[in-house]
Amino acid sequence: MNFFLTIILDGLIQASWLFIVALGLTLVFGVLKILNIAHGSFYALGAYIAATVVTMVAARSLPPSVGFVAMLISVALIASAVGLLLERGLLKMFYGRDEVVLLLVTYAVFLILEDVTKLIWGVNPIYATQPYELFGNLEFAGLYYVGYDLVLIPISAVIGFAIWFGLNRTVIGKIVLAVIHNEEMSVSMGVRVNRVYAVAFAFGVLLAALAGALTAPKISMQPGLSSDVIILSFAIVVIGGLGSVEGAAVGAILVGLARAASVHLMPQAELFMIYLIMAAVLMFRPEGLFKRETARRI
Amino acid sequence: MKKGLHPLVMIALVAMVTLAGRALPTWTLSLATIAASNALIALGIVVLARTGNVSFGQGLFFAAGGYGVALIANTWGLTDAVAQVIVGAACGGLLGLVIGPLIARYSGIFFGMLTLALSMVFYGALVKSTALGGSDGFNVGRPSLFGMSFTDPREADFMLYAVSVIVTGFAGIAATILFRSEFGLASLAVRENNLRVEYLGLSANRIISINFLIAAIFAGASGAFALMAQRHIDPQFAYWTTSGEFVFVAVLAGNQSVAAVFVASMALELVRSFSNLYLPNTWQLVLGVFLLGVILFLPRGIGSLWIRDRHRRRHISATPPLTAERGAAP
Repeated sequence: MNFFLTIILDGLIQASWLFIVALGLTLVFGVLKILNIAHGSFYALGAYIAATVVTMVAARSLPPSVGFVAMLISVALIASAVGLLLERGLLKMFYGRDEVVLLLVTYAVFLILEDVTKLIWGVNPIYATQPYELFGNLEFAGLYYVGYDLVLIPISAVIGFAIWFGLNRTVIGKIVLAVIHNEEMSVSMGVRVNRVYAVAFAFGVLLAALAGALTAPKISMQPGLSSDVIILSFAIVVIGGLGSVEGAAVGAILVGLARAASVHLMPQAELFMIYLIMAAVLMFRPEGLFKRETARRI
Repeated sequence: MKKGLHPLVMIALVAMVTLAGRALPTWTLSLATIAASNALIALGIVVLARTGNVSFGQGLFFAAGGYGVALIANTWGLTDAVAQVIVGAACGGLLGLVIGPLIARYSGIFFGMLTLALSMVFYGALVKSTALGGSDGFNVGRPSLFGMSFTDPREADFMLYAVSVIVTGFAGIAATILFRSEFGLASLAVRENNLRVEYLGLSANRIISINFLIAAIFAGASGAFALMAQRHIDPQFAYWTTSGEFVFVAVLAGNQSVAAVFVASMALELVRSFSNLYLPNTWQLVLGVFLLGVILFLPRGIGSLWIRDRHRRRHISATPPLTAERGAAP
């Protein structure tokens, strides 16, 4: 029994940060119709910045809680700036071109960011473990867990709820939904679509970077991080349905559980399992488990 | 396309390039081998892209060809280079035959995602299979040719260069003939509007499947070359960044000309080796900037540099380089 509980809890911990990443990816796809390959790079960027900030704070012998807050704030600021800059400075030039062309543009951004992180932070693994002890260890049904891991679950739930609420229950959210459903009509109704694009993209970058910052204390940052993460978040959004918030949640939980289960039962089958699920979903329900109201053309 | 080169002239060109290898220094020789091998798989992507679909998972067939050849070489001692290429092409082709019809129904972004997913499934399976060396892969012996084994590394390099240039060259000639054929034009029509193709009595799915099969065969053969050049194989063959690089070559080349694929592939290898030499850790940066520049300034690839005036009228209708216009496909 404990064994299954371990898998489920591990899966949820995985799902929590994956969900935040996937949320950004699905939001950017929903609004801008761009499948952003560079999304994983923004995750890595967030993780690297967080590590730098945490190390700087620790060097001044301030408590790790300060480091935790400082890393979240600085990552949020830098990520939004990078997102706005990229959208206004680069992506804007390619609007109206084919989806696949935009995919290639983000692939180019991925390649560039991959080396930029290497140039800034080097190729050796770096760590930022100080905030990891922040919440102590917790005992849960006879199992010991690092408090930080468990705290990630409510954090991502709150973020997910905030986005759902923001999209469905506020004026700004309704405008964004209008752009998602019909861009031309929104323009004719006086929506400044350009502004929505810029904000949505920056927000997507912000979410990826935040997830990177939140997981930074758990992992070692090294090259290759971004390509692993993008592959996982692709699977999640495709399983859940591109552009769907609920879908991202379900996809993240499925992928998190699949990862945890294969780690415990069949190590190394992890990627295989996840992509098998994704291929199966694409084969039988190409629009994802959560079909959106606007029937997309496959 | 009417003014294109005669196939015999192209054969002469291939022969010339092959013989030129005698004069090339050793380091260029292995570089050119890799470039020819990458050109072959990128050519497959271009063939497929003419139907409007971009495969982000050619690594699947690349790895299938590589692993198929490596396994047969190690179990039955098949070392002949030409036989290995045929085995590689057959492995890729068989897989393409199974997968092609299944994914011909998809288009645009879903096509790309599905091919990527399938290649990642294969990658995941390879990483976990300890019998195939897991993530470390395994080594294979030096290839021979028609019963001759090459002990002098320079001779071995030249042999590999010659085989890869000749095979890729002939694949290029075949592709040119294909592009000019009725079938090749129908493929272009699928990209423009697959519904109208169906109305004309052709099966768009069948056209896509056949093009997919051709791309898979090319990718499998290319995997065999990569294996022979490295004499080592690992799951990285199937990883998505490997496939991404091939798409890069295809985008760089555009779908105007077969020769552009070779030029693009060689350019990429040169850029890679020079930036490895002088600017370590920046070649992806260079690549990314290069890719953005091509998409922005040469949306139809470097082929459009010398095939600019031939299709004046198509300039207006066919600006999107690799795929159909958004929303044109139902």
